Amino acid sequence: MSATSNTTSPKQIVVVGGGMVAHRFTEAMRARDTAGEFAVTVLAEEPRRPYDRVALTSYFTGRHPEDLELGDRDLWDHPLVTLHRDARVVEIDRELRTVTDKHGKTYPYDHLVMATGSYAWTPPTEGADLPGVFVYRTIDDVAALRIYVEERAKEEGRPVRGAVIGGGLLGLEAAGALQELGATSTVIQFNDRLMNLQVDEGGGAALGRLVENLGVTVKVNTATQSIKPNKTGRVGHLVFANGGEQLADVVVFATGVRPRDELGREAGLHIGERGGIVVDDTCLTSDASVSAIGEVACIQGACIGLIAPGNTMAEIAVDRLLGGSSEFPGADTAAKLKLLGVDVASFGDAHGTTPGALELVYADPVAGVYKKLVLTDDARTLLGGVLVGDASSYASLRPMVGSELGGDPAGWLLPEGAIERPNVELPDAANVCSCNNVSAGTIRGAVTDHECTDIASVKACTKAGTSCGSCLPLVKKIVGTELEKAGIEISNALCEHFEFSRAQLFDAIQVSELRTFSEIIERFGKGRGCDVCKPTIGSVLASLHNEHVLAEDRAALQDTNDRVMANMQKDGTYSVVPRVPGGEILPEHLILIGQVAKDYGLYTKITGGQRLDLFGARLEQLPEIWQRLVDAGMESGQAYGKSLRTVKSCVGSTWCRFGVQDSTTMAIALELRYRGLRSPHKLKMGVSGCARECAEARGKDVGIIATDNGWNVYVGGNGGFTPVHAQLLVEDVDDDMVFKVIDRYLMFYIRTADRLQRTAPWQQDYEGGLDAIREIVVNDSLGICADLDAHMERHVDTYEDEWAAVLRDPERLRQFSSFINAPETPDPTLAYMPERGQRRPATDEERENSPVLIASPTLEIRS
Amino acid sequence: MTTLHATDTETMVRVCHVDQLTPELGVAALVGETQVALFLLSDGSVHAVQNLDPFSGASVISRGITGSKGDIPTIASPIYKQVFSLLTGECLSTMDKEPKNGASPNLATYRITSDNGQVYINLAGGE
Ligand code: SRM
Ligand SMILES: Cc1cc2nc3c(=O)[nH]c(=O)nc-3n(C[C@H](O)[C@H](O)[C@H](O)COP(=O)(O)OP(=O)(O)OC[C@H]3O[C@@H](n4cnc5c(N)ncnc54)[C@H](O)[C@@H]3O)c2cc1C
Ligand code: SF4
Ligand code: FES
Repeated sequence: MSATSNTTSPKQIVVVGGGMVAHRFTEAMRARDTAGEFAVTVLAEEPRRPYDRVALTSYFTGRHPEDLELGDRDLWDHPLVTLHRDARVVEIDRELRTVTDKHGKTYPYDHLVMATGSYAWTPPTEGADLPGVFVYRTIDDVAALRIYVEERAKEEGRPVRGAVIGGGLLGLEAAGALQELGATSTVIQFNDRLMNLQVDEGGGAALGRLVENLGVTVKVNTATQSIKPNKTGRVGHLVFANGGEQLADVVVFATGVRPRDELGREAGLHIGERGGIVVDDTCLTSDASVSAIGEVACIQGACIGLIAPGNTMAEIAVDRLLGGSSEFPGADTAAKLKLLGVDVASFGDAHGTTPGALELVYADPVAGVYKKLVLTDDARTLLGGVLVGDASSYASLRPMVGSELGGDPAGWLLPEGAIERPNVELPDAANVCSCNNVSAGTIRGAVTDHECTDIASVKACTKAGTSCGSCLPLVKKIVGTELEKAGIEISNALCEHFEFSRAQLFDAIQVSELRTFSEIIERFGKGRGCDVCKPTIGSVLASLHNEHVLAEDRAALQDTNDRVMANMQKDGTYSVVPRVPGGEILPEHLILIGQVAKDYGLYTKITGGQRLDLFGARLEQLPEIWQRLVDAGMESGQAYGKSLRTVKSCVGSTWCRFGVQDSTTMAIALELRYRGLRSPHKLKMGVSGCARECAEARGKDVGIIATDNGWNVYVGGNGGFTPVHAQLLVEDVDDDMVFKVIDRYLMFYIRTADRLQRTAPWQQDYEGGLDAIREIVVNDSLGICADLDAHMERHVDTYEDEWAAVLRDPERLRQFSSFINAPETPDPTLAYMPERGQRRPATDEERENSPVLIASPTLEIRS
Repeated sequence: MTTLHATDTETMVRVCHVDQLTPELGVAALVGETQVALFLLSDGSVHAVQNLDPFSGASVISRGITGSKGDIPTIASPIYKQVFSLLTGECLSTMDKEPKNGASPNLATYRITSDNGQVYINLAGGE
């Protein structure tokens, strides 16, 4: 940094353009120019403060324009910063060193920074100027699109037909936005596949299938010739070069961007062959008093349409002005996107253009997954890759480009767990956040040198994870590891009412022997509680005392589902899932379930957990339905509730020619033992009669697999969002030992896990992992096993059918009426449509338009 | 709760006796065509808001969990967990969602009056 003091007046920097990169430039200047050497004036064409263009699409999912604003607003109040909005620059005079804006106002500069970005380019197409044709670049563009679609939808009274021309990244975003607005969307792509710049042929094919599954129509190899008006003079249909036609009420062009280099051109700056203001590696143009940064700059021969290199250029320009010597290192064009809910990522040499590069491909067309790694010819060093459908390994892989993968590279492609992944610690130099150029070392430094103790402060300190967010999982992991090394505890406060973590609260409640929420919050918390701490305490009390969920003041603590002991559906009715222990069922009970479903007109479905689910029961019908089950010796079951759900079984040795143990009997015993057990999250189990594993037991929190000598017990399996296979806890044990280790494992989990933390992440995070847990529950290393055993014994002994208990209690039964002043009147807003011989909730559209909606037989037909 | 004034009587509908309410456990009431969610809090106050959840379109607010945000008593929707003020009906946390069909994110609130333990709802008092 040069040593000028601020006794002389600061030098004037004028920035043309108020976009993302202009923002980064200004922010970096203010952060680094501590001597106050430079004043920055930003002249912006758009009428707002710089905003996050990358997140533009979130405007459709309810974010307000202000939410998209970049950075801290205080930046614009700094005495050495001036922002003029709605002030498009129309002329640059390089001799006089001034620029003039559209209002005729002139600004002198010592140094000029061009940050005018790009504009959305549309190919010359007949009809491109019709009302109903849009581009997708600014907040104003998307606001206009939204209004147009909403108005057309109202006028036509049917879903608006949308067409997006261009099947790149932006086109898919636009297609998603149209869907979000309730329009149908067709993507028209000139090329032979979607996102041809980022993904290869195989990836493009997988992406096409996934996108079509989401209801977006994709037309590849199609050139749009003209857009024809309808009779009101607005967009009506498209005509393609191959003669085809397509109806469309709204058209969005997403055919690429071009640099806004017109000002620079007129001012005589050197312009690149394909446009853009040419700069050297220090971001200077052919005039040493003028820099260009961001999308308008043609650097190393090209304009780059991504935010990360733009931010790098902004930092370099600032560094150079302050006397630094940084140079543009080349662009990282890695990208991970969640387009229409589909994960797509490409990084490094995605197309395998390095001489001798090897490509390793894994494709599962059924699951819609395609993954490719590009490696050096010795298959050791990662060069790049493409991930479609499952990009979970992106955050770990991208920073390793240029490094050795270690172990079998296939481990990174195959589904989790198929081959052990080598556990490599990232070198400090590895770039973790490509949007903001933050290395693993910088993130570690935030924890070790800057005393950041949570993700939010690390983000604020390093900027990592503040743009696209795709690096966050990795940032979290690095921060967690670093904190652990430093012995720092991460804040575990449950919510604004309790400073404790769930595990601490569990201990506090157990030791203090308090039994009501009001006593507990008075003693350990503040305020009246909320929908986070109330159900947590309800669950802890249930785990500790196994009293009825609706006893004392507890009903008001429970989540809706626990409060009425059935699952709430989207329209406010409930589902009932009778318990079918181990999946074994008497034909009489099957008939009864069918009869109940018929009598109440309930939609019936076989679940993924070997049970039958009956949907659409109203609050006031639940007790009658339970009564029918109880009378026949059945009970309802938890499909709700953080408690045991089902124990899945295979048929096992009683019938199966391969079975070595009686898996069904074991499954029934387990379900009857642990039913009703309240826990931090739901619990699922499975029992297979041999190693063929037909019950998928290793996908469950607890899985038992028969061996010739007894049972293997696996723990910590998970389906859902992050599938994990269960790990072996004990081998070849007998029935009694199966119950003993599971009793202890579950009780220890219930006492120490976080709120809504399933066994898999709990076990992973537990210090020392499964080995430490095994020491505790098998070898009693903490000396708590007797206590855990006694606790589970109490649970088993005091189990009661909670539905039958409600039926016996008139006080609790009163809570099952629809209206306090009309207990039998059904909710008049419910409405249904027939489908495949059953009923389902009517959609909003059907509610408005359809003449006849049917409800259950006990509700009259509504019109 | 305010006490009953004779002038209010035309617009008020009796819905229940206060003894029928359980502290912190909401109930729904049907007032003409309008569904109202009614809450007796542990401090003895009674609050009435619309039962229709603007974010799911289902009539379920009465089955949510009561609580507080700072000093404001609140109710959380049982479906997508948005939190509303029981005093003003204002939506205090949208959970990054938009209400359905362009509805207001806030709940209408209704005036409650009591007379000899009888609870009356004044629909005209709502907005
Ligand atoms: C009914 C069912 C789907 C079906 O039609 O088959 C179902 C339906 C629901 N699942 Fe599930 N899941 C069902 C099997 C599964 C399975 C498969 C299994 O159990 O074998 C899984 C993956 C296995 C696993 O859990 O590890 C599964 C993973 C989830 C998850 C993700 C959990 C995770 O750890 O990521 C949730 C969300 C949650 O619990 O927080 C969920 C939540 C839900 C909820 C409770 C969502 C809700 O709050 O409304 C649904 C309630 C249904 C209802 O009202 O009755 N459901 N769900 C299945 C019921 C099985 C049963 O008889 O109990
Ligand atoms: C929908 C969408 C999604 C995107 N997603 C990603 C993504 O996931 N990852 C990624 O890396 N990139 C993404 N991008 C690209 C990214 O937004 C751009 O690379 C980035 O905004 C470039 O910043 P910039 O400052 O150079 O240009 P801009 O942000 O375009 O800013 C330039 C500004 O200059 C103004 N201007 C132009 N001429 C003048 C003038 N004469 N006088 C005054 N002002 C002028 C313009 O009005 C504009 O406000 C996306 C872009 C869009 C539109
Ligand atoms: S797991 Fe083994 S015993 Fe069970 S059904 Fe499959 S093959 Fe038969
Ligand atoms: S990689 Fe985009 S925010 Fe970090």
